[in-house]
Amino acid sequence: MNRQAQAVVLFLFGGAILKASFTDLYLRYVKEGLRPFLIASGVALVAAAVMTLRYEFRGSRPAPDDEHGHHHEPRVGWLLILPVLALLLVAPPALGSYTAVQSGTVQLTAESDFPPLPDADPAPVALIDYASRVIYEDGRSLAGRRVQLTGFVARGEDGSPMLARIVVSCCAADGRPIKVGLTGGPVVDVPSGTWLQITGTYSDKRAKDPVNQADIAFLEVEQWQPVDPPKQQYE
Amino acid sequence: MTETQERESIADAPAGERRSRGISSVEVLAAVLVLLVIFRGRLSGLVSGERLQTWTTVFVSVLVQAVPFLVFGVLLSAVIAVFVPRSFWAKALPRHPALAVPAASVAGVVLPGCECGAVPIAGSLIRRGVTPAAALAFLLAAPAINPIVLTATAVAFPGDPEMVVARGLASLAVAVLMGWLWLRLGRADWIRLPHRPDLDGSRGRAFWAACRHDVVHAGGFLVVGAAAAATINVIVPEAWLQTLASHPVLSVLALAVLAVLLSICSEADAFVAASLSQFSLTSRLVFLVVGPMVDLKLISMQAGVFGRGFALRFAPATFAVAVLAAVVAGVALL
Repeated sequence: MNRQAQAVVLFLFGGAILKASFTDLYLRYVKEGLRPFLIASGVALVAAAVMTLRYEFRGSRPAPDDEHGHHHEPRVGWLLILPVLALLLVAPPALGSYTAVQSGTVQLTAESDFPPLPDADPAPVALIDYASRVIYEDGRSLAGRRVQLTGFVARGEDGSPMLARIVVSCCAADGRPIKVGLTGGPVVDVPSGTWLQITGTYSDKRAKDPVNQADIAFLEVEQWQPVDPPKQQYE
Repeated sequence: MTETQERESIADAPAGERRSRGISSVEVLAAVLVLLVIFRGRLSGLVSGERLQTWTTVFVSVLVQAVPFLVFGVLLSAVIAVFVPRSFWAKALPRHPALAVPAASVAGVVLPGCECGAVPIAGSLIRRGVTPAAALAFLLAAPAINPIVLTATAVAFPGDPEMVVARGLASLAVAVLMGWLWLRLGRADWIRLPHRPDLDGSRGRAFWAACRHDVVHAGGFLVVGAAAAATINVIVPEAWLQTLASHPVLSVLALAVLAVLLSICSEADAFVAASLSQFSLTSRLVFLVVGPMVDLKLISMQAGVFGRGFALRFAPATFAVAVLAAVVAGVALL
């Protein structure tokens, strides 16, 4: 791999990172907060490529023993083409129902005091927020309220539908599902992976996740409707 | 890696003339890219199974997450290589190597970043004359005990603040112990830094050459590590792990091995450990101490930057010391 080829690979790699961070593509893989750093590193990669080519073509030939220098250049660098292809040509989707079935639901953290729900009716609540309120205060702050949850359908071993979402703390590699069981209401008969908006109320039904024995909260379904996946698919 | 490259350079030297008239790597690259764009539809069709799709997502996300840290680490290591004079390190670190090791470990505390950035920085430090023991202690300490990682641990374990203390102390102990162990047993010829050409000439030229070389080199090995981590992520069923959780010794070993295989960024591993709620706190501490010091992508990058002979000795030794230190800290503090 000579220096021109390295410069091209660096340019493509930096360009792929920049393209992913200027579109919403990066949100499938990492948290929103990483964006400025992604842009900065993409710019640095492109700059390294441009500077390499500049020194290469400016004609200021380095010391003679450098003529053979490129034989020492790492061939492992060719592998950097793989992420470029994955980002530009394949653009894999955000994690979804496959991960939700494979992994156990997230361990919820207890909060001493849950803030009141938003005023709207039904109140839009994140899955992890709903589940924490159910498990840790038996739904006290949910009493008498209708809530609206958004997530995708995942099916457990027995085929019963659950609403799930992937919780990501750093990048999709550490993504874990939060699952909420569904009870009552119209039967959810859409395929796994379909995004739904469900309106419902607190249910005192509980279950254990078969994968890691963590508690699973349930929602008493009033109605559901398919929706488009949100821009930020992770919670 | 270094051996093959050297052999290659000997074999290729007389062929330099012929090669310049043959097909260059740029042309090969261009041809491959054109073909890929033409067959783009078929390519994305290949990646349609759920498992393969998850693999690709995890692979890409490990890489995208690591890129800023890699680039930051490479830029810093190029600055060290080009702009910081050798005499600086002689003044900054205690002269006696046995004292330089703890000093370098503590210096790692202030550098936020994950393990991908620390590898090229440590390589650069050794090149600039820092004693390898101190550079290796820095390599282990920097990703494990910086403020971001400790804060993340505190957030992930809100009920167990002693987890943060145990993680910090155990990781610091491993870094210092491994540094001293290297002083006693390490041999300089185990470390074979790859030849980095054209570091002479103007400073600007040298700076960009160091950046290009290190990104291509460490980045290539990062790709290998990310692919391995994605494979483990997809093929190891979690339900399987849970059966090991109840056994005190097996659970420690299982999470130690899992930390190596999963190769999660040190800033995120606390959240994963928190979710492995079936396991004892001590075994989860082992997960947190081992992960930032030994994992697939690190081993791959260390083999690239320091040579295969180094990685084969250093990684297992670090693994053993890290498991022991974490168990001791777990028993004493948790």
